[in-house]
Amino acid sequence: MEKKGKKKVLKDKADAVNDDDDLCWWFVHKGIESSFLCIAVFGLLVRATVSLHPYSGAGNPPKFGDYEAQRHWMEITLNLPVKEWYHNSTNNDLSYWGLDYPPLTAYQSYVHGIFLRYFEPASVSLFNSRGYESYLGKQLMRWTVLSSDALIFFPAVLYFLFVYYGNHSSGRKSDVAWHIAMILINPCLILIDHGHFQYNCISLGLTIGAIAAVLAHKDLVASVLFCLSLNHKQMSAYFAPAFFSHLLGNCLKRKNPVLEVSKLGLVVLGTFTIIWWPYLHSRDTVLEVLFRLAPFERGIYEDYVANFWCTTSILIKWKRLFATQSLKFLSLVATVLTCLPSMVQQILAPSRKGFLYGLLNSSFSFYLFSFQVHEKSILLPLLPASLLATELRGPFKLLMHYALFSMFPLLWRDKLIIPYVALYALFFLLYFTPSRRREAKIHHSTTLTGLSILLTFLYLCSLLLHIIYLTIHPPKKYPFLFEAMIMLLCFSHFVLFVFYTNARQWMLSGQYTSKVKEKKLN
Amino acid sequence: MEGQKLQMHERSTNTQQLLWFFGIAACIKLLLIPSYHSTDFEVHRHWLALTHSLPLRQWYFEESSPWTLDYPPFFAYYECILSFFAHLIDPQIVDIHRGLNYESNTVVYFQRISVIVSDLCLLYGVYRLNKNLEFRKRTLMCLLVVWSPGLIVVDSMHFQYNGFLLGLLMLSISYLQEGRDLMGGFFFAILLCFKHLFAVAAPVYFVYLLRHYCWKGLLRGFWQLISMGIVVMVVFAAAYGPFLYHGQIQQVISRMFPFGRGLCHAYWAPNFWVFYIALDKGLAIFLRKLGLNIQAPAASFTGGLVGDSPPFSVLPKITPITTFIMVLLALSPCLFKAWKNPQPQLVARWIAYAYTCGFLFGWHVHEKASLHFVVPLSIVAVHSLEDARHYFLLAIVSCYSLFPLLYEAQEYPIKVLLLLLHSILMWHSFSAQITKDAAAKVTVSAKTGKQLSSLGSLSATVEKERILIGWVGKCYLFGLLGVEIWGQFSHPYLLGDKLPFVPLLLVSLYCALGMIYSWVWQLRCLMKST
Repeated sequence: MEKKGKKKVLKDKADAVNDDDDLCWWFVHKGIESSFLCIAVFGLLVRATVSLHPYSGAGNPPKFGDYEAQRHWMEITLNLPVKEWYHNSTNNDLSYWGLDYPPLTAYQSYVHGIFLRYFEPASVSLFNSRGYESYLGKQLMRWTVLSSDALIFFPAVLYFLFVYYGNHSSGRKSDVAWHIAMILINPCLILIDHGHFQYNCISLGLTIGAIAAVLAHKDLVASVLFCLSLNHKQMSAYFAPAFFSHLLGNCLKRKNPVLEVSKLGLVVLGTFTIIWWPYLHSRDTVLEVLFRLAPFERGIYEDYVANFWCTTSILIKWKRLFATQSLKFLSLVATVLTCLPSMVQQILAPSRKGFLYGLLNSSFSFYLFSFQVHEKSILLPLLPASLLATELRGPFKLLMHYALFSMFPLLWRDKLIIPYVALYALFFLLYFTPSRRREAKIHHSTTLTGLSILLTFLYLCSLLLHIIYLTIHPPKKYPFLFEAMIMLLCFSHFVLFVFYTNARQWMLSGQYTSKVKEKKLN
Repeated sequence: MEGQKLQMHERSTNTQQLLWFFGIAACIKLLLIPSYHSTDFEVHRHWLALTHSLPLRQWYFEESSPWTLDYPPFFAYYECILSFFAHLIDPQIVDIHRGLNYESNTVVYFQRISVIVSDLCLLYGVYRLNKNLEFRKRTLMCLLVVWSPGLIVVDSMHFQYNGFLLGLLMLSISYLQEGRDLMGGFFFAILLCFKHLFAVAAPVYFVYLLRHYCWKGLLRGFWQLISMGIVVMVVFAAAYGPFLYHGQIQQVISRMFPFGRGLCHAYWAPNFWVFYIALDKGLAIFLRKLGLNIQAPAASFTGGLVGDSPPFSVLPKITPITTFIMVLLALSPCLFKAWKNPQPQLVARWIAYAYTCGFLFGWHVHEKASLHFVVPLSIVAVHSLEDARHYFLLAIVSCYSLFPLLYEAQEYPIKVLLLLLHSILMWHSFSAQITKDAAAKVTVSAKTGKQLSSLGSLSATVEKERILIGWVGKCYLFGLLGVEIWGQFSHPYLLGDKLPFVPLLLVSLYCALGMIYSWVWQLRCLMKST
């Protein structure tokens, strides 16, 4: 025992001497900017290489996939006046990939459409360009995503890092670099945006900007950014409870709560007014757009998403038992109820970490319980989880694994298995970047408990299921057997994770109150 | 015991670290699978097919595809071994007739992954070279070699097996550096039987091994000479023996040295001859202006498989013999040095120098050949600041000169990002190394107790030493940016389809400047060393 203790001391000393003896010492030692630069360029490279692979619905008429949807929106916004974008007409057949995202997406499509028209006019001409696929067209579309990522997501992450690490530079520099890699090289986000084809980087980037602004105590900027994010993809509403409760909690602590709240309200209203301006001239047009944004007719869930409704539908046939109206109500109640604990915590004791946990918990409760959730929606909870990666080191790894796994059937359909494997490996290589200090830590904490045995078992099962999914045909009676199994595994893990993070958030509160008590005592 | 344990620990962290670098690179290479590949892809596929389906004695006679086997026998054996696995995966890959221009996913995956796996040889070479280095230098070397953008561009996109071959070269150098000359010679002989283009360094090997290994008294020296000779002969016998047996040596040699090809490759490698051609063209235009009747050459230089028609209009024709003599002349200072004082720690430098000479003055040089000296130079770049400065510039120029290989729009962001990433990483790592060394110098001189007054001047020199690249180098590198912008945007915009060869010519000329600089720098460094 004594010998061991001595050794540990020696090791610690060696660590102190070689504090920067990390694999990435060459850029880490210079601080956040240089680490960010290196990792960002690497991240762009990874994105550019993923975009070599096929997109969703490539060469698959008549409906194609999300790629065609985005291209079609460019075509529509470029060739029709603003007022007709959401209006079903002879020029705009809404049943064929009609716009169903808020106006900011439409504006973004318009700008990208101009770019495409400059280089390849045929790809966005009205009517004739349906299902347009060409070598250059694909490159141009891919470059629009790449540039959106570089122009919105990356700067937002940099802003977040400055705010998060700016005032307390106590963290080890290599840990900061690790954190940057975890946020920027998020395999799910890269696969969906640059493989499957979507623009999540824009709405998520705006959300990160808003989060950073909140952490920097610039509440008004945060509100504007979050409104922009909401207006790019309505899915950003998953984060709304956290923003709302944190900002409310902050306002309540100040001298003049009513004034503060009304200031925020005015900013939000103003941003919405500007974005919705073309549709504000009559009530009907607003309702028309709103109706497009809420596609309730599509049912409570689609495909095999690892959320509560879809998973429990194995036992309870929700769609058959209830009408859509009551399902809407049911899902709303469930979502609000599961959000509530984290919201209450933030209103009572708003804190930086608490806010991040709140984002994670509220987005997860939306993912698990809200109406019409898609597999891709897992990106939303993943975002705050990656921001908290240094806090949730171990759980984050497993979360990423299951998040990727939950999208596996989707990516398989898109023929993105090679990037899936490569990015999976890349993520775990980056996660386990060899570092002497971390190594010591890992060795220290390998104790076998019931939970860790269960987690390892589930992990092995999921690895096995990957192989089974790829190699074995499901029985004819249950063609979606493996999808259901994947969903079940992922759902059970997500539920465990949510319990854990909710508990963590409330534990923060305990720390906070004890700190306040200490201060009072002193 | 403790020491041994520590060593074991070091070794395991070393392999762990290497595998980490390799893993990251392998992920990127996996992602690059669908990227553009050149005709070299079909060349290698055809070789898989012909080595698999034909008996050995027909390998060098086969002509069903224009891509005849023109590598030495070991490479053919290597393809033969690979073709066994290829047959297991998809028999059509190795079918000599049905497989022609076969482009299905299986063949792409198989060939791409075979490149990634065979890069393990390079990894082993790096492992051997850096197992006794300190931590930082080790990571630096991994960064320079395993993450080399040039290798990724040529091997994983354009398609070749350079990583594997350079791995053999690195292995050979590592043995020479350790003083195990026999093994060094052995691996070099193997390398020569894989790809004969590496023979440019053979004179250096010959002189060095003769002096360092065999020049040890009459009896012992003779014994060593004999043993080295036997080792090399065994390797060559293993390679060429079967063909000698079938009496096909002449055919093999004629396939391996196609002097019918022109002085320059399809795209002019940035070497000395670019200036020669440019001068010729310039003179021709000038003299025509003066009213002289100068005939324009029939064949253009950029015609790919050009014949041996003399494309010069004014200057004398260049023959393979001329280039051969020029390479030998350029090599001679190095040979002289190696003869005078054969030092194991200078071997890497000499070998790199030999490949530089071959690149600059050789016949029908490919732009990819610049990897042959850039990769070995990383061994020395890790050790001294001077070398690091030179390497920084050279690596960027060499990678940039590979850009024309990937001319499609799809790969454009990738090649730019690869170069950008590598330059940023090199910049950070070298300047970190410089700062650390400079700091060490300050503390050392402070310890020796010099007077305070000299400390000011000392810090000034330290400041100077911290600079990775001077203003001339900076201007040159920004010039690269200018060349790229001209070629990609300004030229098509301003001139349209007129003078389509100018952007490529500019790239060649501009990179050739950097290559000549590198050669002069290496020559100077070589002459300075004692």
